[in-house]
Amino acid sequence: MTTANDLIHISAADLAERLSSGEVSSVEATRAHLDRIEAVDGDVHAYLHVAADAALERAAEVDRLRAEGDAGLGPLAGVPVAIKDVLCTIDMPSTAGSRILEGWVPPYDATVVRKLREAHLIPLGKTNMDEFAMGSSTEHSAYGPTRNPWDLDRIPGGSGGGSAAAVAAFEAPFALGSDTGGSIRQPAAVTASVGVKPTYGGVSRYGAIALASSLDQVGPVSRTVLDSALLHDVIGGHDPRDSTSIPDTWPSMAAAARAGRREGAMKGMRVGVVKQLNGEGFQAGVTQRFTEALALLEEAGAEIVEIDAPHFEYAIAAYYLILPAEASSNLAKFDSVRFGLRVNPPGGGTVEQVMSATREAGFGPEVKRRIILGTYALSAGYYDAYYGSAQKVRTLIQRDFDAAFGRVDVLVTPSAPTTAFRLGEKLDDPLAMYLNDLTTIPANLAGVPGIGLPIGLAPEDGLPVGIQFMAPARADARLYTVGAALEQILEDRWGGPLLSQAPELAVATAGGTN
Amino acid sequence: MAKPDLMDFDRALELYEPVLGFEVHVELNTATKMFSDAPNYFGGEPNTNITPVDLGLPGSLPVVNEQAIRYSISLGLALGCSIAESSRFARKNYFYPDLAKNYQISQYDEPIAYRGSVDVELEDGRSFTIPIERAHMEEDAGKLTHVGGSTGRIQGAEYSLVDYNRAGVPLVEIVTDIIYGADRDAPELAKAYVSTIRDIVVALGISDARMERGNLRCDANISLSPRGSGILGTRTETKNVNSLRSVERAIRYEIQRQAAILSAGGTITQETRHWHEDTGRTSAGRPKSDADDYRYFPEPDLLPVQPSTELIEELRAALPEAPALRRRRLKAEWGFTDLEFRDVVNSGLLNELAETVAAGASPQAARKWWTGEIARLANAAGVDSSSLVTAQQVAELIELVEAGTLTDRLARQVLEGVIAGEGSPAQVVDTRGLAVVSDDTALLAAIDEALAAQPDVLAKIRDGKVQAAGAVIGAVMKAMRGQADAARVRELVLERAK
Repeated sequence: MTTANDLIHISAADLAERLSSGEVSSVEATRAHLDRIEAVDGDVHAYLHVAADAALERAAEVDRLRAEGDAGLGPLAGVPVAIKDVLCTIDMPSTAGSRILEGWVPPYDATVVRKLREAHLIPLGKTNMDEFAMGSSTEHSAYGPTRNPWDLDRIPGGSGGGSAAAVAAFEAPFALGSDTGGSIRQPAAVTASVGVKPTYGGVSRYGAIALASSLDQVGPVSRTVLDSALLHDVIGGHDPRDSTSIPDTWPSMAAAARAGRREGAMKGMRVGVVKQLNGEGFQAGVTQRFTEALALLEEAGAEIVEIDAPHFEYAIAAYYLILPAEASSNLAKFDSVRFGLRVNPPGGGTVEQVMSATREAGFGPEVKRRIILGTYALSAGYYDAYYGSAQKVRTLIQRDFDAAFGRVDVLVTPSAPTTAFRLGEKLDDPLAMYLNDLTTIPANLAGVPGIGLPIGLAPEDGLPVGIQFMAPARADARLYTVGAALEQILEDRWGGPLLSQAPELAVATAGGTN
Repeated sequence: MAKPDLMDFDRALELYEPVLGFEVHVELNTATKMFSDAPNYFGGEPNTNITPVDLGLPGSLPVVNEQAIRYSISLGLALGCSIAESSRFARKNYFYPDLAKNYQISQYDEPIAYRGSVDVELEDGRSFTIPIERAHMEEDAGKLTHVGGSTGRIQGAEYSLVDYNRAGVPLVEIVTDIIYGADRDAPELAKAYVSTIRDIVVALGISDARMERGNLRCDANISLSPRGSGILGTRTETKNVNSLRSVERAIRYEIQRQAAILSAGGTITQETRHWHEDTGRTSAGRPKSDADDYRYFPEPDLLPVQPSTELIEELRAALPEAPALRRRRLKAEWGFTDLEFRDVVNSGLLNELAETVAAGASPQAARKWWTGEIARLANAAGVDSSSLVTAQQVAELIELVEAGTLTDRLARQVLEGVIAGEGSPAQVVDTRGLAVVSDDTALLAAIDEALAAQPDVLAKIRDGKVQAAGAVIGAVMKAMRGQADAARVRELVLERAK
């Protein structure tokens, strides 16, 4: 007998099996998650929009198809999923956490959302995020911050704090996120969840509201490595609507994750520790857990190698020129003419004045900061010094990766320099906020894939610490193997997933749920 | 102002040398738009022919139209350009409501085609080589309609409407190098250049090339250099030039206007000028400076365009004959005099003539009909000759004349019928009953009747006053309602007098 409590705590893979065997229905699973959202999301605020009725209808439809013996149902049919609000959904508002898109319902689905629907997953709703994915704490959402299920006074990471918190608070088995400089991996680290930034071009960006086009990548967020792999298999692959999408066929990520759980999966794997992304500037507990994880990998047969990546130290500087430059152009379309917020200046005005008033009222301070930075970096006379130089650094970082992957199979770093900080702690210090993405940014600049997963709690604060593996472009499957192998070793030691050590959230008792 | 605002053209040319440059935008007639799968068609209800990409909706992404790439390569090759192994799209950033994304996707520092030249011929047969700097691909903007106010322009309008149906239509912009040495031929050279570009894109079949519909748009840059000084003047860029004739007039006007200002000690403002077809003048548009900052950067949503050598060579092999070479060949084949041929070219009827000859007509007859009666009718109706009749129809008409079925006069009536939509020439001959009466019995009956009415005529003819036959011939032709061969009637009258 599976209880509602089980349904929200088991992995997506387990849930899919129980759905497939007929042990539980999709309606039951969906209702259990909707009830959980109702019970805890008042505190966590992972969701901006919950589509309860639509979710239950779709779940009933999947149950009907299954009852009819539909052979076309995919392996995840009937499993609920949360969707970051940066992704366009034809039946739900898509705001990217911004006031300027409040209530905007796109006339089309993002390709990844379409793929979820075609695979008969059940979208539960849209998750909170920093406005236009600019931030590392979800505090820059126009709709209020999301809180970390481990400690409600702390940030859940960002920009995809909503997806990570939803998964960590058992409000969804897994979720879609987007990662421009760490927006999937850093929230995963501070919430003890798993997150993957695929190879650039591995997953379609069509319908993902662009932050920085050359860096953005959609990816999965989950509680287990296998679940991320299963979701990756659904959303990945070539999309003719995204010119930067890679036309290759991909191996099964789920098969790669399952291979990682086999005995000896790490044997002979060469793991490179990036000298520049270790030690100095990292919280002691982060370094401690990271070092322990390396020892476990070595014990499992991996060869640990130190790697010098001399240009990584310029990654943040380059990133904060390239990202704002692209963002300043990508966000120009938010001008009130065709969609979204319109603010008329008192007494009316010219179109320029309406655009200006709308952007003044509709964008938050971090968005304005980056638009101004980016506009400046692209300006005539400054382009070569700023944008041009940043692109050169980007090339040098790519070369560092090439050289490293000539020696090792994967690179490894902590996912974030610290555990979750307190809400408001870094809000007035943009530079301190930017440093959160120190270890995750290089992968975006080079277009290589990265996976983040939990490796324990920092002794000093009892909060989750994450580890990140990176692989060469197109070698995403290798990350799932390595990630699943380490996950297995750690869970064997912990006696279960790290999230089972998270404090129980207070459950709202009001409301008519049962 | 006390000083005249235009200087006499000849005087202007004595003082200044015009320096030219052209930007010609060619709308490609691909099936779909440059970056979306919306049909490449922008008539109809506003904002219906659009996709999320054309509207620049959040999350939408552009995908390059492969056909547009092929067309652009063909055009580049026809302009004698090198085709870039790798070219890139860039974003040209500026806020304007006809621009859905507030940036235009264009090519900037890496165009698909670069460094070429085009030979153009002036009316007197002289040839002039126009250097081409580049040809690059870009997307068109939407269309603004300014409502309220008297001018239909943005100044003074109450509000403006925007139609994105045209947003994303594929364009190739052909940019010339600076053109020196045009001298007093500048206005005619401008017209000849645009005309040549039109011929090229029509021959390639890549654009409908109708200037009045904006398929082909010319921005004309002009500045004046004090004669012999070697100093370049400040340029203006004249837009909204929607016909070949306007190109010529606009250049002529700007030379006269700038010369008047400069000679009075004034300075030219670097700006766009708006051409007014009705008044034949230009007016100031927006100031344009070299410092306009569009914050160009490589378009990250698109990959570089890297056509294979095989594709380029395939397109090169398929290029039609260059218009200048083709003209030379046709003139020789048809045996036209310089004057005859120039007349055809200047009437813009070369293609019609070539098609008519290809359909079996003799070159001289084709020339006579197209530059004569058809041109006259087109002129009277204010339309293009080619819109009245097809080359096939003209060839058929000529064949009927040459077979003796029609006289020229009857043929003109048949032509009217064809234009009126009554069918092919043969059908019009049938339905109107217009064929020449070649039955001598019928003609002789009419002749005898006419001779009986004018009994003195036979005597006069017999006295050697052969011209007296004219009165009888006229009466017979009238009786036959023109459907007789006057020469044959004359022969028969003279026989009767024997």
